[in-house]
Amino acid sequence: MSNTGGSAGPSHKAVEVGVTLAIALFGIVVIFGSVKAGINWGAEGPRAGFFPFYVGLFIVAASAMNFRNTLREDDGGVFAAWSELRQVMSVVVPTAIYVGALPFTGLYLASMIFIAWFMRWLGKYGWLTVAAVAIGMPVVTYLIFERWFMVPLPKGPVEEWLGL
Amino acid sequence: MEELANLFHGFAVALQPFNIMVMILGIVLGVIIGVLPGLGGANGVAILLPLTFSMPPTSAIIMLSCIYWGALFGGAITSILFNIPGEPWSVATTFDGYPMAQQGKAGEALTAAFTSSFVGALFAVVMITLVAPLVASFALKFGPAEKFAVYFLAFCSFVGLSKEPPFKTIAAMMIGFALAAVGLDSITGQLRLTFGITELLNGFDFLIAVIGLFGIGEILLTMEEGLSFRGGNAQINLRVVLQTWKEMPAYWLTSLRSCLIGCWMGITPAGATPASFMSYGIAKRVSKRGKNFGNGEIEGVVAPETAAHAAGTAALLPMLSLGVPGSPTAAVLLGGLLIWGLQPGPMLFVEQKEFVWGLIASMYLGNLAGLLVVLTCVPIFAAILRIPFSIIAPLILVLCAIGAYSVHSSTFDVVLMLVFGVLGYLFKKCGYPLAPLVLAIVLGDKAEEAFRQSLLGSQGSLAVFFSNGLVSTIMVLGLIALFWSAIQEGYGRLRTSAV
Repeated sequence: MSNTGGSAGPSHKAVEVGVTLAIALFGIVVIFGSVKAGINWGAEGPRAGFFPFYVGLFIVAASAMNFRNTLREDDGGVFAAWSELRQVMSVVVPTAIYVGALPFTGLYLASMIFIAWFMRWLGKYGWLTVAAVAIGMPVVTYLIFERWFMVPLPKGPVEEWLGL
Repeated sequence: MEELANLFHGFAVALQPFNIMVMILGIVLGVIIGVLPGLGGANGVAILLPLTFSMPPTSAIIMLSCIYWGALFGGAITSILFNIPGEPWSVATTFDGYPMAQQGKAGEALTAAFTSSFVGALFAVVMITLVAPLVASFALKFGPAEKFAVYFLAFCSFVGLSKEPPFKTIAAMMIGFALAAVGLDSITGQLRLTFGITELLNGFDFLIAVIGLFGIGEILLTMEEGLSFRGGNAQINLRVVLQTWKEMPAYWLTSLRSCLIGCWMGITPAGATPASFMSYGIAKRVSKRGKNFGNGEIEGVVAPETAAHAAGTAALLPMLSLGVPGSPTAAVLLGGLLIWGLQPGPMLFVEQKEFVWGLIASMYLGNLAGLLVVLTCVPIFAAILRIPFSIIAPLILVLCAIGAYSVHSSTFDVVLMLVFGVLGYLFKKCGYPLAPLVLAIVLGDKAEEAFRQSLLGSQGSLAVFFSNGLVSTIMVLGLIALFWSAIQEGYGRLRTSAV
């Protein structure tokens, strides 16, 4: 464990139980979906749900064993301190916004704002450095991906307006 | 002899100017990927895969495999100079490499690491050259039951050999199989597990999973740890290199042992990371200076680096000859083959001679080029590490998004990537291994197809998997691998009760 002693946070056991239950639920969904697709033999052999049905059974069975083993373990301390989790969320939340904005703004504009926000907020850099990296990276990306290797990337209204 | 002619032809292919260019480019990109935290071999190759869409397949695989070699080399730089393993397989290198650097012997440690990597890779490439064609011609005779048995063996080895709890490995693996099953069923043409969501019609692409699980997940872990880099300067000059090379032959036995461990662990899908630990552990036990391991012993750098590189290279043997990748990165390369329109498996050696032998020849040249590049450019690569994480992290995140998008030109895939990223973070912290999950997504369809075709032939009887000597042997080996830890435990108990 990388956390420092004494800092509060969710217990490792609780998180692990949560993950195990989520996996078991996923297994149940797979079983349910497989039954809908048909798990018996049809005219051309085993039907579409045949294989995933057993995969789902395995997921549920393995989760049951993991659940039992987790409960048996001694208390493993905290999963991560709240301050550490806040660090993690400070990446997850802006990335989620970035990913959600991509289809509407295009890749370049979203990336510029994302990089600038990240550097300014978490790195506390001066605006000049921020601007250099936040504008430089998308430009280099454009040259490498779209010009040299001809891989089209998502574009939004700004790129359309610029005629790229 | 035919192989030798093929190999020479392969060298002619690999030595074309364009291919040499992509080789060097691949190595440099690979070392950078290996040096940066959050970008590893598997997701680095996955992100850069779209760049190869417009290339001929042979150049594409040369570039991608060279990124892989570069990443293997690069992992050692951060381990030795900063005590931060850039890749999981270079954790064992920190044990003796970092103390050496602290004693002012960074140059020796780096030279020893790079040279050992090269030796390990060379050993594995020679083995691939000799063995792969044989395995492939043997595998051409496989029917569906034998094919399934090989997949069965590969996945069982994961359960038996991984250091994670077996039921967690099974759970992770089965999640991979379930994700692979989503979408169109290739045999009946029926939709399944889509629950009416149109985005799921095409199923889950494993490249998205790799970028999310390994790339985003790794960044989240690094954020949690609040990494800051502190480390010494890298000074390598010719004198140090020659001095170290003069010392190295003394460790030939350690080297050979590590090569063998690496090759074995690479072919079975245990991978480079356990190979490096195992090799370090054995060297520590066997060596005369074993007590001094951990205080900066050069042998403690040679052992893990040789094994890791041998394993990383050997992982391509089953990928090329059987279509079963031995590591997540090999799985990404296999995914590349499919995208370039090649069918991985034994037929490659018959139908795509130029591709296969061009790749094998490029493995010789790429590793040689890699050795030269890292020996001469270490200070530059070390400087990259001094760029603060708050600049590197958003750039890597954007690169991951670009990589995920360009696989299918779909923004939904970018959302999936983030979901996989959070999943990767949780799984890693809870001890679920990611490699079997990724491999199951890659091989799920093929394993299922082989399974169903076998059952079709036998009218649903499982006896088909024990119907002849060959298939029974592979299945029994698989079962032994599956219960390996239980067997070891039982044997240990027997011995203690006998004493």
